[in-house]
Amino acid sequence: MRDTGLDQALQTFFMESRELLIAMEESLLALESAPDDTEAISAIFRAAHTIKGSGGMFGLDGIVAFTHVVENVLDRVRNGEVPVNGELIALLLCCRDHIGTLVEQLAADPDAKPDMETEANGVMLLNQLKAHSSTGQPPVAAVAPAPAKTQIVTQPPLDDGTVASDNWHISLRFARDVLRNGMDPLAFIRYLGNMGKIVHIAVLPDALPFAPDMDAESCYLGFEIDFHCDGIDKAAIEMVFEFVREDCSLRILPPHSRIEEYVELINDLPEDKIRLGELLINCGSLTKKELDEALRLQALRVESGQEAAPAETDAVSQLGDILVEQGMVQPELVDAALGKQKVAKENKVQESKLIRIQADKLDQLINLVGEIVITGAAVSLLAQRSSDSALQEATSTLSRLVEEIRDGALQLRMVQIGETFNRFNRVVRDVSKELNKDITLVIGGAETELDKSVVEKIGDPLMHLVRNSMDHGIEQTELRLQRGKPAKGTVHLNAYHESGSIVVEVGDDGGGLNRARIFAKALEKGLVTANQTLSDQEVYGLIFEAGFSTAEAVTNLSGRGVGMDVVRRNIEALRGTVEIDSREGVGTTVKIRLPLTLAIIDGFLMGVGSASYVVPLDMVMECVELSEAERYATRDSHYINLRGTVLPFIRLRDHFREQGKASRYEKIVVVQYGGQQAGLVVDELMGEFQAVIKPMGKFFSNLKGVSGSTILASGEVALVLEVSELIQRAVSLESHSISKV
Amino acid sequence: MTINIEASNGVCHAQVTGEMTIYHAAEMKGELLPHLDGCNEMEINLSGVSEIDTAGFQLLLLVKREANRANKLLRFVAHSPATLEVLELLGIASNFGDTVPHVL
Repeated sequence: MRDTGLDQALQTFFMESRELLIAMEESLLALESAPDDTEAISAIFRAAHTIKGSGGMFGLDGIVAFTHVVENVLDRVRNGEVPVNGELIALLLCCRDHIGTLVEQLAADPDAKPDMETEANGVMLLNQLKAHSSTGQPPVAAVAPAPAKTQIVTQPPLDDGTVASDNWHISLRFARDVLRNGMDPLAFIRYLGNMGKIVHIAVLPDALPFAPDMDAESCYLGFEIDFHCDGIDKAAIEMVFEFVREDCSLRILPPHSRIEEYVELINDLPEDKIRLGELLINCGSLTKKELDEALRLQALRVESGQEAAPAETDAVSQLGDILVEQGMVQPELVDAALGKQKVAKENKVQESKLIRIQADKLDQLINLVGEIVITGAAVSLLAQRSSDSALQEATSTLSRLVEEIRDGALQLRMVQIGETFNRFNRVVRDVSKELNKDITLVIGGAETELDKSVVEKIGDPLMHLVRNSMDHGIEQTELRLQRGKPAKGTVHLNAYHESGSIVVEVGDDGGGLNRARIFAKALEKGLVTANQTLSDQEVYGLIFEAGFSTAEAVTNLSGRGVGMDVVRRNIEALRGTVEIDSREGVGTTVKIRLPLTLAIIDGFLMGVGSASYVVPLDMVMECVELSEAERYATRDSHYINLRGTVLPFIRLRDHFREQGKASRYEKIVVVQYGGQQAGLVVDELMGEFQAVIKPMGKFFSNLKGVSGSTILASGEVALVLEVSELIQRAVSLESHSISKV
Repeated sequence: MTINIEASNGVCHAQVTGEMTIYHAAEMKGELLPHLDGCNEMEINLSGVSEIDTAGFQLLLLVKREANRANKLLRFVAHSPATLEVLELLGIASNFGDTVPHVL
């Protein structure tokens, strides 16, 4: 039944919900360290509130029902009726996760019902929430912090005399008889809320007479509403109040109205001017600065005698006087309000600086830029062949620009690593609870940027390393105190740029690695021999070997010896490296070095017959010639003796079934990956080459040994080889040929 | 609409049940205000409110303001979903000047 427009809106809802849930988690964690942080409480409440509200719009009853209960509890927290403690935060974190599960399940299938497990989990959480939502205590009248939505204030562009707010401002004053005429003003406001977003609403009870004179069937209320809705006109808002037109006075100011119009509005309305001014500021319709500007304008007009009516002049000057007085009486109040507005404003400005782009659009752009790089290379090749110097000059300028575009486009894909790091706040919190250790996470270099595709793949290895640090690195509190360290352990995540690559560090101030124990274990496993002398680095590197664990206790987090080798493989798949720095008793730091991008590599170009192949340059160790004699000797075997070690190799000619006769002087390119070496036998070495990697199409997804393709300046296609696959193949061929012997 | 009122030690507990709408507004005003006059502290339980409109909301505002003027303690407790919906709609939790209570 859903049309595409609604579908899109639904997708936006899911996306926003995810963001809100992340914000909610961050605030919950902040609240844990500072239980009095009213801002954090409000932020959590707002997140839940918004998810509930938007969920309701789409009729996602499951989310609404659950979030409503959460919101109720949060409201009590906000009002100081429910104390903030570790237990509550743990519960709320679980609730957050549950909402996340609900959102994800609906994102997968909007009509799906939550599965049994989720349902049961929800019921359990609701029961726990009930304990907090109905304690029967009378509510304490606490000063509720104003929700931030009241402070959506943008930079005041005073120069053109309009206000910054992009919201409609609606002033409503109802006639006394509106209720008796069978109209309910609330119903109209509710309807307005369905049309767009009521950013802020202020109820004006000023006209409410003293109790004896008040007629309960008359309406005395007025409303000042800040309303946001894109693509709407004044007539549409007027239509909302069409039925009640006779019984209400309605004033509508469109977004970015002129300040004078607000002044007129203030003058027109029956209430106290100062209160109205403040109200408009509260609503976010005007900023303090804009109001001051309005007053200044008025004063000018009065001086120049444009305002004739003395009564109005009076009102205006009165307004100014009192405001000034107000500013003098309560400067701190004004400051506080302005400070808050400033924060909100900065957020808003930040927000408007960002554009949301679909990842595939960006990928397409990168793809096209890749094409330009290739075509550009072809053009310069042609230009060089011709002897037209003007053409050559033009193409060299063109290639410089193309290079800049390429760098700029790749830059677009760069994202800050901070978001990935921040996820670990929760991990550290949960794991430290589980391990019963007191551990904090310190994050550095969060603004360091790296390619989106790298960021996506770095999460898992980091997770392993952080867990490992917490489990094995950081000692139990007693031991830490014995060693004269602070009781609270620290895990730090850090990132920085270093000579064309990114370094991501995971460190802890724990016990450090025990060199002797690792060496003993490696000896036991036969990875090293007793008389081998190894540097500390090399010894520490052993823990990345498969199945290697020195942990005395296997916990459910780590210690089984799986993990570290997975970490190394994941990182090597990103063409990165890992190294460990450790000092016993002081701590361990794991350094992960990653390339800036995966889309373009420095490659090494090789020719076999008529085809060209590329391997990443940093995997190439050396190139040696395959002599005539060796060629003869290795006709059936697949290894040579390279300076005393066995080097398995693979003939690319045979592997890719290349036609034609082999060149007389075949070469071996020695490549290394994951500590293993192998040779690739090729006809021709063609040198370094900057390759724009294009992924292979779906059709070729099962092709082994090839990770992508690239296009040469000549327009020919070269395959980018997957070195790890080829090495494995070479090794298996070698053992096969040995077993035959 | 019914209002059950119990008073003890100067504290008045009022329980409103049913619709707080224009149809009962005058009647409610007649019941609530005299009781506020006769006590030092009043607690109005809204858990039974099935529906509330502008008239009902306005009455709550009035009672709250009267209590403030007389320097009496007034609490609204156990808001029913219907009342919460209205308070939410009108953003009552936010601070819009001291003539109106922060928390209804």
